[in-house]
Amino acid sequence: MLEIKNLHVSIEEKKIIKGLNLSINKGEVHALMGPNGSGKSTLSYVLSGKDKYEIDDGTIEYNEKNLLELDVDERANEGLFLAFQYPMEIPGVQTSFFLKTAINSKRKYLGHSEMDALEFAKLMKSKAEELNINTEMLKRDLNVNYSGGEKKKQEILQMSMLSPKMAILDETDSGLDIDALRIVSEGVNKLRSKENSFLVITHYQRLLNYIKPDFVHIIADGRIVKSGDYSLALELEEKGYEEISKSA
Amino acid sequence: MAATEQTIKQVNTLGDTDYKYGFSTELDEIRPPKGLNEDIIKFISAQKDEPEWMLDWRLNAFKIFNKLPKPEWAKLNIPEIDYQDCYYYSIPKSLKDKPKSLDEIDPEIIKTYEKLGIPLKEQKMLSGIAVDAVFDSVSVATTYKKQLSDLGIVFCSISEAVKTHPDLVKKYLGSVIPVSDHSFAALNSAVFTDGSFIYIPEGVRCPVELSTYFRINAMNTGQFERTLIIADKDSYVSYLEGCTAPMRDENQLHAANVELVALDNAEIKYSTVQNWYPGDKEGKGGIYNFVTKRGACRGKNSKISWTQVETGSAITWKYPSCILQGDNSKGEFYSVAITNNMQQADTGTKMIHIGKNTSSKIISKGISAGKANNTYRGLVNILSKAKNARNFTQCDSLLIGNKCGAHTVPYIESSNSDSMVEHEATTSKINEDQLFYCQQRGLNSEDAVGLIVNGFCKEVLQHLPMEFAVEAQKLVAISLEGSVG
Ligand SMILES: Nc1ncnc2c1ncn2[C@@H]1O[C@H](COP(=O)(O)OP(=O)(O)O)[C@@H](O)[C@H]1O
Ligand SMILES: [Mg+2]
Repeated sequence: MLEIKNLHVSIEEKKIIKGLNLSINKGEVHALMGPNGSGKSTLSYVLSGKDKYEIDDGTIEYNEKNLLELDVDERANEGLFLAFQYPMEIPGVQTSFFLKTAINSKRKYLGHSEMDALEFAKLMKSKAEELNINTEMLKRDLNVNYSGGEKKKQEILQMSMLSPKMAILDETDSGLDIDALRIVSEGVNKLRSKENSFLVITHYQRLLNYIKPDFVHIIADGRIVKSGDYSLALELEEKGYEEISKSA
Repeated sequence: MAATEQTIKQVNTLGDTDYKYGFSTELDEIRPPKGLNEDIIKFISAQKDEPEWMLDWRLNAFKIFNKLPKPEWAKLNIPEIDYQDCYYYSIPKSLKDKPKSLDEIDPEIIKTYEKLGIPLKEQKMLSGIAVDAVFDSVSVATTYKKQLSDLGIVFCSISEAVKTHPDLVKKYLGSVIPVSDHSFAALNSAVFTDGSFIYIPEGVRCPVELSTYFRINAMNTGQFERTLIIADKDSYVSYLEGCTAPMRDENQLHAANVELVALDNAEIKYSTVQNWYPGDKEGKGGIYNFVTKRGACRGKNSKISWTQVETGSAITWKYPSCILQGDNSKGEFYSVAITNNMQQADTGTKMIHIGKNTSSKIISKGISAGKANNTYRGLVNILSKAKNARNFTQCDSLLIGNKCGAHTVPYIESSNSDSMVEHEATTSKINEDQLFYCQQRGLNSEDAVGLIVNGFCKEVLQHLPMEFAVEAQKLVAISLEGSVG
């Protein structure tokens, strides 16, 4: 599904990712953990194609395509989804309208006809209910005056409506209370299948109690310093980044 | 196919070319020689079988025009206009002998309007909208006439009103925009060719949106539209005009005068979607849109509300204004002005507070892309008798790219200490992170810009009649095509 080899990335001459390798197969859930500033968000932006990042070396293959050659929207429509650490506010654009536009952009890309209004309304309602989101909220402007937790839920709603093949969750757990964390995790778990893969970026082992990863990677200073299974997250919780990185 | 469906289909094809209205129709035309002089004015008047008082009025306006200097208010780069190198009248021959019904209209003209998404055939009409269509210089058809006249509503071309309702025309024409106001006002008064006339009698709420569609077809023809709307006591009317013109290398002049009069407790809502040909990317061709629009809230508790979406024209120069004469009267101005490539717009409003407790509200959204320049220029003038007058102004500018400009020029004059004037202004660049966010959700860069800009304009667009809001949204997106790399 996703194959990152020897990735080197810099921004404004500053090297941020320094030789990162990561391979994610269909159906796998990988957790990426690391201290602040280690390059987690940078990786998520590079994967989704944000500009201003310089790819100095390395390759990224996504579904047998050279990911780096695709535009941002092509990547999205090919099933790559990023749940943002800081979702953007878009004043004047109703959340439900945004969702519809996103869904229809993808359908258009795939050569399908637009989703009709009724079908869309049904889909939105059922997905919102699963996430315990009040549909009244979807009439408001996208993310404008949403609380931190509401914004994160909104990201997961978008994800479940777009049902991506490869979803990257960038610190979706931060800012969520324990109930919201459980609901959001359930939303993610519902999407888990043999076909879909996840890269779950988080600081805390807490989230991984709910979303059980197949693999855990620890990133420090732009490199994956240790990989393992779920037990690595527990070990990390116990020892802290510092020690784990040293022992690597 | 249902009319709305057809319009939606039309709208959906909007993206196909840079300017989809850029076709012109081959028609035999009646056209006097180029040039501006008394003979041309007499010719126009004679073509329209006008009564003598109308001709005298025109000739007097021409005298005034010759004496007036050109307006120099706007921050625009306006090339010298050669008034002698322009045709002042053009009508398709087939319309010379007024068609009595739609069946008699040249099918070519009907086709033109269908291409514009304005089906004239009664059965294809947008439900609930009466359309008066102006093709170059003449009014083609006024639909729904019968239903409206049963209510005593007059909705016809101004040429017709001159003959059928001379008292109203004499009383109100030029009463809001004096002929001597400025040179374009005088020019229009001398050579105006057609436009709409609306009279809503006392106590009547007009049940449909009234609408006019203007189209400049003939080459080198100036269009001098004249519109007069009178809302008598306790009446209400909502009116919408839409405009397009074919692509031509030469510049064409559109100098319209629009006068509104609202009497006691009356309300007029006037909406414009202006999409004249803007010229090409290098700034060649395009319409010069010099428009004078002014509404008089003459009666107490009267209200005039202007909503405009200005996306076209090479140069736009217009300041729809309200003269708030009646006590407690209200004026509103909601504007979206988009300039792309080499377009220039200098637009805004004037709110003149005369009566007590008068209030005005101004919401302006300016969007500039390419190398375009966009200026909001507004005047809020509170006269000494306007006790307790209120104004709220909000001007937001959005820049796309770094070669364009946005300017906000508010003039505030207050001679009354009880009055309150609030002004807010912002200028920002389109947010790259917002664009990225939208694209990450699958929108291509143009759709992302369209979405964000539409959000930026929402406060204004929501004041458009429902049926046109969707078209306006598409237009906003289309007019910004090519603005992001
Ligand atoms: N736009 C930028 N310009 C300069 N430095 C940046 C920029 N974005 C991120 N960085 C730097 O890159 C490093 C990695 O940041 P980030 O990927 O956000 O870390 P994480 O998500 O792991 O906390 C940090 O040192 C940060 O300061
Ligand atoms: Mg981060």
